[in-house]
Amino acid sequence: MSELLLPPEHRYAKIIQERHNEDGSELSILNLGPTHPATHGIFQNILLMDGEKILEAEPTIGYIHRAFEKIAENRPFYQITPLTDRMNYCSSPINNMGWWMTLEKLLGVEVPKRAQYLRVIVMELARITDHLICNSILGVDTGAYTGFLYVFQFREKVYEIYEEICGARLTTNMGRIGGFERDWSPKAFELLNTFLIDFPIAWKEFENLFERNRIFIDRTVNVGAITAEKAMAYGFTGPNLRAAGVDYDVRVAQPYSSYEDFDFIVPVGKSGDTYDRFCVRNAEVWESISIIKQALAKMPEGNEFHADVPEYYLPPKEDVYHNMESLIYHFKIVMGEIPVPVAEIYHPVEGGNGELGFYLVTDGSRTPYRLHFRRPCFIYYQAYPEMIKGALLSDAIVILSSLNVIAGELDA
Amino acid sequence: MALETIEIQEKLVATFGSAVFQFDQEKDIFSFEVDADKITAVILFLKNDPTLRFHFLTDLCGIHYPDNEEERQFAVVYHLHNWYENKRIKIKSFINGAKPEIKTISNIFLSSNWMERETWDFFGINFIGHPQLKRILNMDEMISHPMRKEFPMEDSGRTDKDDRFFGRTTINS
Repeated sequence: MSELLLPPEHRYAKIIQERHNEDGSELSILNLGPTHPATHGIFQNILLMDGEKILEAEPTIGYIHRAFEKIAENRPFYQITPLTDRMNYCSSPINNMGWWMTLEKLLGVEVPKRAQYLRVIVMELARITDHLICNSILGVDTGAYTGFLYVFQFREKVYEIYEEICGARLTTNMGRIGGFERDWSPKAFELLNTFLIDFPIAWKEFENLFERNRIFIDRTVNVGAITAEKAMAYGFTGPNLRAAGVDYDVRVAQPYSSYEDFDFIVPVGKSGDTYDRFCVRNAEVWESISIIKQALAKMPEGNEFHADVPEYYLPPKEDVYHNMESLIYHFKIVMGEIPVPVAEIYHPVEGGNGELGFYLVTDGSRTPYRLHFRRPCFIYYQAYPEMIKGALLSDAIVILSSLNVIAGELDA
Repeated sequence: MALETIEIQEKLVATFGSAVFQFDQEKDIFSFEVDADKITAVILFLKNDPTLRFHFLTDLCGIHYPDNEEERQFAVVYHLHNWYENKRIKIKSFINGAKPEIKTISNIFLSSNWMERETWDFFGINFIGHPQLKRILNMDEMISHPMRKEFPMEDSGRTDKDDRFFGRTTINS
């Protein structure tokens, strides 16, 4: 049976041959993935199993690799946002904003306070959807479908807000250098306010459904635990690291987009197991709701939604037709002929899964010389084989979904 | 007391002399270059020194500079972060273009394992001593290293699409 799946020189084949269990049973190989409904994405793991226990795992990744870094080297700066959308597609506005902030750091653009607050709101909405999906899918994987369907409608509500802001839903391509492409409509604020009233009620119910649920606790406590030291060695960041008890959060360590103006706590877990990861994400959703409310309350007056940087910010279309300067700027921006300083920039943002970093090297030309994305999923997924060692197959599925590995971000 | 960049620089120069050079504050990040053969020693020192404590490897990636002299055609870039003092540094190490190789740091930082595999996959930089240096995102049968500058992004025979007309080439001409 096993030789059908693996070439004879594979190291598992040797282990199977040499191992003799006392009861006469044999080790077996299980091919988990690449496409399996329970893996939520395209990951392959070749598992060496003793009965239902996993002895070793060998992950293969790269099934949806789309060479974003190579494409980025051949695209003007403003054409790179659509690429960032497709990395962590559960929270694409965070990726978009992170990319614009990298460029703003490079060009020295100062973003008006109101635009920064709007960014904070949209990034926190993205964090809510990201955590909402992760936690509800974790519920599905442990057999609780209802909670998922119940909160999933609120992701729709958030997507309706995105739609009001930028016209797109999943891959948002939102924002411009210096702010947003247009001011938020009154409808967007209206939808946002309705969301802030309805969502906490549903989220509370969702939380009640799981937090003290005997079956859920049995399935998740002490499953896939990782110590803080190990997690840091493996490069964990974000909720998965905080679940292990390390309170590292880029929003606090290196505040960007005025995060220092808001009052929020960084929830931490203790044991780093699946249950703690669930609880940390849960608590972060509450913090995100609170940040959005604070941002709305503190929102500066006026309707400024972008910085005054005509070299980088597309002028309104009417001006392009009637005004020479606008026409020149429009042409230069669209043709990618904006002057760019020669520099090396690293800008981190707190993505849904951890520190999302943009390392940008420019040489003064219209495209990046080198752009590297520090993708949190890619870095922490390498701990997965170790985390599932000794676990049951059903636990491996639960651990995978609690880590929230997004295939798009993993493979870039 | 916050960790000053000058302190990092003095400590490194006192320990490694001329192997570390080109100290520079680039925007918000302190950066320097290290001779490729000293890289593991420098990173181990930065990690274990009781005052420096750069205990977290944020990022590792490669860069290709085909226009440089042969000794400096590839660079490996390490981003380290000290969470206690909230200090980031960037280390750059240039390596030979004809035979790009550098020692692995996967025994210092577990997280660098896949990042080094990715760099090998895309640039063909050989990390000496890496436990399992094979391709990670591209398929095993591939022979080229696609992030090198000479590797074309698209099939050069394509005629249906000319990037020059869409402002999409790297050079302004």
